[in-house]
Amino acid sequence: MADRERDHVSGTETTGHEWDGLRELDTPLPRWWLYIFYATIVAAIIYWVLMPAWPLANGYTRGLLGWSDRANVAADVQTLRAARAPLFERLGAASASDIANDPELQQFARAAGESVFGDYCATCHGAGGAGAPGFPVLADDVWIWGGSMADIEHTLQVGIRADHPDTRMSMMPAFGRDGLLNAQQISDVTDYVISISAARTRLQTNAAAAARGAAVYQEQCAVCHGAAGAGDRTLGAPSLNDDVWLYGGSRDEIRRQIELGRGGVMPAWAERFDPGTLRALAYYVHDLGGGEPDALPAPASEVAPSQTTASPLR
Amino acid sequence: MSKVTLIPKPSAQNGEIAIEAEAVNSKAYRALYKKREQIYPKLAHGTYRNLKWTAMIVLLAIYYVTPWLRWDRGIGRPDQAVLIDFEGRRFYFFFIEIWPQEVYYITGLLILGVFGIFLSSALFGRVWCGYACPQTVWTDLYIHVERLIEGDRNARMRLDKAPMSLAKAAKKTSKHIVWILIAAATGGAWVFYFADAPTLFRELFTGTASASAYLFVALLTFTTYALAGTMREQVCTYMCPWPRIQAAMIDKDALSVTYRADRGEPRGAHKKNESWDGRGDCIDCRQCVAVCPQGIDIRDGDQLECINCALCIDACDEVMDKVGRPRGLIAYDSYANQTRRQQGKATRYKLIRPRTVIYGVLMSIVGVIMIYGLATRQTLDLNVIRDRSPPFVRLADGSIRNDYTVKIMNMTDRPRRIAIAVSGLAGAHVQAPLLNSDGELIVSAQADSVTSVRLHVVAPDSVGEGSNALTFTIRDLDDGDAARSPSAFLAGAPR
Repeated sequence: MADRERDHVSGTETTGHEWDGLRELDTPLPRWWLYIFYATIVAAIIYWVLMPAWPLANGYTRGLLGWSDRANVAADVQTLRAARAPLFERLGAASASDIANDPELQQFARAAGESVFGDYCATCHGAGGAGAPGFPVLADDVWIWGGSMADIEHTLQVGIRADHPDTRMSMMPAFGRDGLLNAQQISDVTDYVISISAARTRLQTNAAAAARGAAVYQEQCAVCHGAAGAGDRTLGAPSLNDDVWLYGGSRDEIRRQIELGRGGVMPAWAERFDPGTLRALAYYVHDLGGGEPDALPAPASEVAPSQTTASPLR
Repeated sequence: MSKVTLIPKPSAQNGEIAIEAEAVNSKAYRALYKKREQIYPKLAHGTYRNLKWTAMIVLLAIYYVTPWLRWDRGIGRPDQAVLIDFEGRRFYFFFIEIWPQEVYYITGLLILGVFGIFLSSALFGRVWCGYACPQTVWTDLYIHVERLIEGDRNARMRLDKAPMSLAKAAKKTSKHIVWILIAAATGGAWVFYFADAPTLFRELFTGTASASAYLFVALLTFTTYALAGTMREQVCTYMCPWPRIQAAMIDKDALSVTYRADRGEPRGAHKKNESWDGRGDCIDCRQCVAVCPQGIDIRDGDQLECINCALCIDACDEVMDKVGRPRGLIAYDSYANQTRRQQGKATRYKLIRPRTVIYGVLMSIVGVIMIYGLATRQTLDLNVIRDRSPPFVRLADGSIRNDYTVKIMNMTDRPRRIAIAVSGLAGAHVQAPLLNSDGELIVSAQADSVTSVRLHVVAPDSVGEGSNALTFTIRDLDDGDAARSPSAFLAGAPR
């Protein structure tokens, strides 16, 4: 070591590396730093012994302490479930007005409903009930099977065209595909449907075609959709007098639905969820903005109150 | 490993003044993996030692006493003058109360602190390091404890060399006990800033305080003991980034503790009645080295280990008085002055320079902005969060609905009745069961908290596609206090 080169200004040894005349000083590290470095090596070895560390061909070294993040999470989830169980139980027994009058229950129903909705419902209905073609918007005030909390919860329980014995069942004929109406008649009915809906302000209709279509409509469609297109919730027939369309609101899309008579499927959730979870879901969907009061089917334009929650978070 | 001796051994002819002192951290003594050399700083007497005593007492008093100061904020509110309440997400400082979204006040304080330290460096060098840095203050306190128990420099050196005995063990043990007590008090005081001090004090001693309180007391006890007791100058030399940044902060006019080589050299031993002609004033007595807590020789020039504590000035002045030469061989001086004296010009102190003026102006600007911000601080505010999914909802009657969560921040200690209204978009109105005659939604905002309100806004289809500007206004129905927040209303074509 003694023969290593020294920098004459600082008196410090150099590493011997040189770049364009610049030499790197080998400034000494403090010895305590070296000891801390050794200590970290010792700590690492202790860690290997105590904690899960090395991957093996079929598993890993588990360590003496038996630490497992997976088991800890499972235990945490179990604790959380146990802590929430009483609230779910209360929720399952609560009526819509019970929930409305109990801020704690209200907040819990909203949070639980949002969480379950995100996991199971948002796949088709979109986050926040935004809807998608063929999957109804749940945030609006247009309901096919009813928008009271009781109606929503019943739909959740039995599903739509599902395997539940009491499932909500309706079937629109495929007027075009099955040859019930010819192409001219379908085109005429399309004109007529547009002319009785709110879409008439944005879509062109042929008055003569609509007049011809009116006759076909009264014969084929009015049974379910009503003479004026108001729809019928007991049959699950959507209203046609607004500008909200399940399978799209362009002229081609409306025509295509008359041709094919499509209807979606929603699973029945009664077996999957306990009553508390179902009520939370129903509350959440009802509270998205378009929920209707229980027991008195209100006109579609009237919207139930949203809930005001004062959060204890500061 | 060979050592290069750059500094000659002290000569023995200096009489009583000279002292056997090695600058253990001088550049000459370095090896790969350097063992820490124990430093035995001798007690200095003089102006700067007194200044350091004063600074230490004042700063420690501020640190230990502040959490115990009380400040009445009304019933149910904390009455601690300075409190960082993480759980309640509040910062209290006497009459100031800061919410999490107002941390920019703390940013302002940090900016002030940084410019303050820049300014002090440009004016007087490392005064922060020398007098105010916690590392310096606590190290100074620990050295003082060491001195009281083991004696001054020579006694301590003798004690360390002596074989272990009952007396030595007693001294060493009592020193470490006092150190740990001080360390525990330091860690204890730290946690009082984060909870009600009297309550936490009782809890700490009855074993009912939270685990995190004990953890932080233990952590701060350990760091105080380790850093002030055993690491000392190692912290400044190896751990702290400030000595490196320092180089950029000082210029040729900045004052720092300087050995005036122009006056001191050539140095050498001096006997009484010998002539001072043809030689420097430095008698090479090494008193400046003996008092240095950093273990360096100030006569080697400016070096990063030097914290500018100025104790060498006190030591040297004392010696100069004894040998009958003027004081100030070591003094606060600048590079510029050293050059000027070599050129035969008079010493000149330039405290007002572009650098110091700019730092001063920046500090004033930040200070004024902060005072203005605090003076005009709102106690009512709102955040509007628009639901992103769905972006908008088309209703049966053709109108468009957007959903919002309005967070009302009531930064007062009383509940308030707040009216929420929307404006700026033709035909847009809040949709709720109970609105007042102006179409406003009335909610009650709880005291000193955030109240969340989910609400719907409905506008006719005619607002047009795309994003439309919309303004939310909240108003206190009783005192008229108001706040507004811009938001957007989205609409689109039917599918």
